[in-house]
Amino acid sequence: MTQTDFSTLLPLTILTTWACVLLLVDLFIPKDSKGVTAFLSALGLSVALGFSITQIGFTGTGFNGMVILDGFSIFANLLILTGGLLGIALAYGYIKRMGIERGEYYTLLLFSVAGMMLMAQAADLIVVFLALEMLSIPLYVLAAFARPNLQSEEAGVKYFLLGAFATGFIVYGTALVFGATGSTSFDVILAFASNETPSLLLTIGAALLLVGFGFKVAAVPFHMWTPDVYQGAPTSVTAFMSSGAKIAGFAALLRVFATAFPSLSVDMTDILWALAALTMIVGNVTAISQTNIKRMLAYSSIAHAGYMLMAFVPYGNKDVMPISIVAGLFYLVAYVVTNFGSWGVVIALEKAEGRGLEIADFAGLAKKYPALAAAMTVFMLSFIGFPPTLGMIGKFYLFRAAIAGGYSGLAIIGVVTSLVSAYYYLRVVVNMYMREGDPVVEREFWLNFTTAVTAIATVALSFVPQWLFLMASQAVLK
Amino acid sequence: MEFLLQPLTLLTFFPLLGVLVILFMNSEWKNAIRWTALVTSLVTFGISLWTLTQFDASNPDLQLEAKYAWIHVAGWNIYYYLAVDGLSILLVLLTAFLTPISILSTWTAVEDRVKDFMVFFLLLEVGMTGVFLAQDLFLFYIFWEFTLVPMYFLIGLWGGPRRIYAAVKFFLYTMAGSILMLVAILFLGIKTDTFNVPTMLARLPDLYASGIIDPKTQMLLFIAFAAAFAIKVPMWPLHSWLPDAHVEAPTAGSVILAGVLLKMGTYGFLRFNIQLFPNATVQAAPWIALLATIGIIYGAAVSYAQADVKKLVAYSSVSHLGFVMLGMFALNAQGVSGAILQMINHGLSTGALFLLVGMVYEQTHTREIKVYGGLWKIMPVFGTIMLISALSSMGLPGLNGFVGEFTILLGAFGSKAIGNPWYAGISAIGVIMAAVYILYMFQKMFLGPAGDVTHHHELRDLNWREIVTAVPLIVFMFWIGLYPAPFFNLIAPAVEKLLSALPL
Repeated sequence: MTQTDFSTLLPLTILTTWACVLLLVDLFIPKDSKGVTAFLSALGLSVALGFSITQIGFTGTGFNGMVILDGFSIFANLLILTGGLLGIALAYGYIKRMGIERGEYYTLLLFSVAGMMLMAQAADLIVVFLALEMLSIPLYVLAAFARPNLQSEEAGVKYFLLGAFATGFIVYGTALVFGATGSTSFDVILAFASNETPSLLLTIGAALLLVGFGFKVAAVPFHMWTPDVYQGAPTSVTAFMSSGAKIAGFAALLRVFATAFPSLSVDMTDILWALAALTMIVGNVTAISQTNIKRMLAYSSIAHAGYMLMAFVPYGNKDVMPISIVAGLFYLVAYVVTNFGSWGVVIALEKAEGRGLEIADFAGLAKKYPALAAAMTVFMLSFIGFPPTLGMIGKFYLFRAAIAGGYSGLAIIGVVTSLVSAYYYLRVVVNMYMREGDPVVEREFWLNFTTAVTAIATVALSFVPQWLFLMASQAVLK
Repeated sequence: MEFLLQPLTLLTFFPLLGVLVILFMNSEWKNAIRWTALVTSLVTFGISLWTLTQFDASNPDLQLEAKYAWIHVAGWNIYYYLAVDGLSILLVLLTAFLTPISILSTWTAVEDRVKDFMVFFLLLEVGMTGVFLAQDLFLFYIFWEFTLVPMYFLIGLWGGPRRIYAAVKFFLYTMAGSILMLVAILFLGIKTDTFNVPTMLARLPDLYASGIIDPKTQMLLFIAFAAAFAIKVPMWPLHSWLPDAHVEAPTAGSVILAGVLLKMGTYGFLRFNIQLFPNATVQAAPWIALLATIGIIYGAAVSYAQADVKKLVAYSSVSHLGFVMLGMFALNAQGVSGAILQMINHGLSTGALFLLVGMVYEQTHTREIKVYGGLWKIMPVFGTIMLISALSSMGLPGLNGFVGEFTILLGAFGSKAIGNPWYAGISAIGVIMAAVYILYMFQKMFLGPAGDVTHHHELRDLNWREIVTAVPLIVFMFWIGLYPAPFFNLIAPAVEKLLSALPL
């Protein structure tokens, strides 16, 4: 191990070390001031974020080509670390209020963030597996964090069982790929696959990997766990999980398929096409009938996984792939920002024992809390893909990439399902503005702060999306 | 600074300044908020007049351009690009003209959440002006979709009893049309490698000639754009959102909806369908003429059957907009310039009708025709203004409606593109039918013995504010009716240029 090995993983190393230290430090922090742990965790994330920014422009590999540092991984890391910070900001008041404030929450979150970052930097299937476990196991625990609340425990167990199952697919897929090519390194797989005629073994291996990642990003038909887990888990965990796990899952999917299996695109494109179409349709249509906001947002997050999958469909097409990846990454940013914001509003309304989570509970919000209602409206519009929001720019670019790749049919499915989604997102707006009610809302600084920042970002970035596009273009995989 | 001082940028975004000011006001300061909104919209109107003085009527091209690169990254060349020409100048003026009138009409009608109302109203103005000025398809699409949001809130928050249903229906219906347009926009953007309309227009002929976009695809693109615009117009049979939206919307919302929002549809046909897809336009012209004719007759017939006066006016819009579409797709100078003028006329006369219906509704809280009667005796000023507006709407010579409809029918009779004078012939019946339902309404409400409501309410005639609101509209009705030349002069060069590009 040399210095360069570590410098490629610098933010990750800092974060992991900090998380280990924090585990010990937390023992000495009195029970009633666990907020200190939150701030220390946020500090760790900020430092890692700072170092991650200094890495911009650098490339390199480390640990004998097991991990890679490039524009793509830096972009993903920045997004993941920001997500971690938002996750802590949302959790800070919430877990205190729900009576589940324990220091482990924050350290688990840090470990999970570290796993996600490793996922984005992986250049070898073994590292992918390692990262997957590192990000998932803390999430299993976090999902069940509200023990002995039955729903939360159920969420934890369900997520664990299905997550373990998914991991099994990935391990098996890795084994088959290794069997076919003799290596787990992306470079070797790529070289092998482009020289030899593609073997059935390799194709099956890649397909199994796709199934595994499909579970992680909640793509239909591997989405069954999502609504229950998202509903049962503490809301702050759901917010973090639905953003972070998706970033990591998509980063890995993109990396694995674009750098290791471009030669399989003949077989994979149709499968990805169907996966994207199904995910958009099932996610959006099922969301219509939900009355619980957490379940609705869960289905909406499934639907958005479908939109992001659209960006993968033309991954074998050399001309379109760069645009497509930029579109996918941009949409990921739009989704993450909007998603954290909307969960923030949900958290503000949630009461103990899972009350305050029906969509009907939003009635009258606009009259009592106009700013909060306005923020939620922005998030809903962004999810629909309406101007002036980031979601609109993201969808526009995403559909453009799909059409440029020759998949107009998929783009049409995309716009039609967006129309369907308008129906259920608008229902939230209708309740907030047009029905009478008397909601009570938690006013807590970090929560308000997160909601405000994400709402402003959703609108403001839609006017100046240029730099974000440029950053995403830097992140295009070679 | 240079960016902000462009006349068109200033015109489009000035209302945002008012929004900002209002946002920082206490929602209890209702009058201050009203005045701020009114002054903002009046200044905007002033800016629009200033724009008019800068506008060169003899020049058929886009003018007063404000053009800046906005998003330039892989595969995207998006401009912030506003410009005006003869096709849009009148609509821009109409928007700026109707907004202060609508705001003035809400003075006592809107008491609830005045602050939110004015914010949404001014935002709506930004969106509408942007739609008429944007020359980049991406920017156009943003403005186009954006207008939905404030209108949705205006209907849903200050509307009648079924307002939520109407608002959601309005939103989803309109969005259903625009998503197909989005796909078509993206397709065009990829094929021509730009979203900038003039550049696109320069590149498209080659693409058509070389077969990169074959006639069938051109037709599909035409249909995708037409779907968005036809819903907005609305053309029969896509009109079913309109009566709901109109009836439930608050008065000011109805005025703007009829006056400006519907024109976004007809303008879209004019600016995009006809220019971008010339061959498909010529091919589709007879079909559009057919739908327009059905709309004219259907709208008029259904109007006559309404018991609710607001619904009557709403359905009359379907009929009037049918005339606009008929004239536009006559694809000759008379038809198209008549259509453009009729857009303005409809904005004035139907806007006035909604305004006036709103004024009496504010006092009686009913819109049923049969409970009125003998209003003229009690409200002579109101009656006079109503009569002028009604006559303008049915196309009496000497008032604006006549000029528009006459020119349109003239165009449609001699149209090569429609190829059949029968459409114009049948549509002429629509003019007579308009006289029937308008006069029927007027007679029932204003003449004859006093009805229930007239009897039992202490009705007052219009006050000064209400007269001031309505009179500007009346002035223009006479002006266009008696001396339309200045208006036609603004339109003519651009129409000529538009038509010269068509394969006719």
